[in-house]
Amino acid sequence: MNTTLRTKTPRVPALSESWRRRLPLLPALIFTIALTQIPFLMSVWYSLTDWKVVPPGPREFVGLANYGKLATDHFFRQAAWTTIELTVIPVIGAIVLGTAFALLLDRKFLGQGLVRTLLITPFLLMPVVVGLIWKNQMFSGLYGVINWVIEKLGGTPVEFVSRYPTWAIALTLIWQWTPFMMLIMLAGLQSQPAEVLEAAKVDGASPWGIFRQLTLSHLRPYTELGILLGTIYLIQVYDQVAVMTGGGSGSTNLPYFVFQRSIGGGWEFGRASSYSIVVVIASIIVATVALRVLSRLLKGEEIA
Amino acid sequence: MSATPSPVIVGERRWVNRAFGLLAWVVGLIFFFPVFWMVLNSFKSEQDANTTPKLFFHPTLDRYRDVTKSATGLLSFGEAFANSAVVVLVSTFIVLALAIPAAYALAIVPVKKWRDILFFFISTKFLPVVASILPIWILARNLHVLNSRLVLIILYTGINLPLAVWMLRSFFQEVPRELIEAAEIDGAGLRGQLTSIILPLAAPGIAATGLLCVIFAWNEFFYAVQLNPVDGSTVPIWVTTNISTRGAFLAKLSAASVLACIPVVLAGWIAQKRMIRGLAMGAIK
Repeated sequence: MNTTLRTKTPRVPALSESWRRRLPLLPALIFTIALTQIPFLMSVWYSLTDWKVVPPGPREFVGLANYGKLATDHFFRQAAWTTIELTVIPVIGAIVLGTAFALLLDRKFLGQGLVRTLLITPFLLMPVVVGLIWKNQMFSGLYGVINWVIEKLGGTPVEFVSRYPTWAIALTLIWQWTPFMMLIMLAGLQSQPAEVLEAAKVDGASPWGIFRQLTLSHLRPYTELGILLGTIYLIQVYDQVAVMTGGGSGSTNLPYFVFQRSIGGGWEFGRASSYSIVVVIASIIVATVALRVLSRLLKGEEIA
Repeated sequence: MSATPSPVIVGERRWVNRAFGLLAWVVGLIFFFPVFWMVLNSFKSEQDANTTPKLFFHPTLDRYRDVTKSATGLLSFGEAFANSAVVVLVSTFIVLALAIPAAYALAIVPVKKWRDILFFFISTKFLPVVASILPIWILARNLHVLNSRLVLIILYTGINLPLAVWMLRSFFQEVPRELIEAAEIDGAGLRGQLTSIILPLAAPGIAATGLLCVIFAWNEFFYAVQLNPVDGSTVPIWVTTNISTRGAFLAKLSAASVLACIPVVLAGWIAQKRMIRGLAMGAIK
């Protein structure tokens, strides 16, 4: 995480000048370091101890013992698997739908702005509200709209949230995150150089050929970026899990599990911290790739 | 599009375009349906909401009256709204006050290693909040700021600062360099350059950045519910108090949800073009 920050103080006479330049940056930088790196290091430290609040006991350094127990911890493995499900399914669903929607919006038609407004709205809603309206008004077996449609079509109603909690949450997340992916893909589509497309058309390329040969390859970095940013945010989803299932029947993901095992009632600060560090390591892996993609796009900007 | 080889193809294209336009409308309306349904339910009586879905009913504002009524001992709408407003506005103000000079130092007169520093800022966004919640909870308890507005102001500033630095840098880069240099020759310092040239020119970008900070802070639930379950509770927590285990609550919950979402959704709708550009530039450039 902090390897990207390497500020060496230059031993050159122009020190005051470089400090004058740096000064406006410092408040924001110090604030960010203090607020993100200190708690993170504290978490690392806690994860190396056997700290339990209830029942209170001595806090002792246990090395990597907490991590050693992870492999055999059934609940942890379940939560880790749920985290993967709740990240991969929504990211793929949202990127596919988001790309399709972006392609639809990338052509002129009557009421284009209005349709875009409709499509971005889920992203603006409060995640808690999104979870609650899907659970109580869409999925509900009693008065849910989806079950009403299923019944009209001659099917039998399904209690989605209790029968398939992970899928219910995943679908809700797809709905909320599709607009985000759509915006990224739309930015990608609109940054396509018009001359190239025009030239391909003059050369007699079919629309489908243009799409496959030019648009898809142009969209690749945007797709990567969408997937990576989506993964980083979705890996830490908490709100929808908390309000839709409360972690019930296998829908506890790692963020919710950390909460359950610590201030949510478990009070095992040492072990809970080791879970959260696992989430961090997974995020670092994704983020490293994400930063590489970002920096490629950033360099592209300078050449262009 | 201007190159028109033959009228037949043009006619076909127009037809295809219409079909895709229609498809976009259908998709948009289906996708929007849950929001529409929530708004519709908020105007129903509980009897009308808790039955087979119906489109036609006797609209009433009573649920809005119910959820905004305050009862002793319960988190009231007014209280939650005031907490949210203060926390969101103060934290956004601090974010901009810190991010504007930082963006200046990264875009206008770049410090050495500006790219590394920029990446450090954005990389902190990749640190999951669960990794820090325990230490933050413990620190907040020891400092006696649990259940206070202050703790959320500090945390929301931290959440939004990296994004704001990232976005503002790209907006500042679009300010014509010659204007800044001219001001510098005229003897304007950092403050002079900011107030006379950069801030007025980058105002739309700053507004978009501020708006995005407001949206994220307004919708935040995790920190709020962990740190401020008793006092200083914000609107998302208030929404969840409208669920009851006994009796019907669908219409009430809908009304509460509409009230909770309306400020941010309206702001997002009005500023969507600028925000999309900001997001795209912030994320991509």
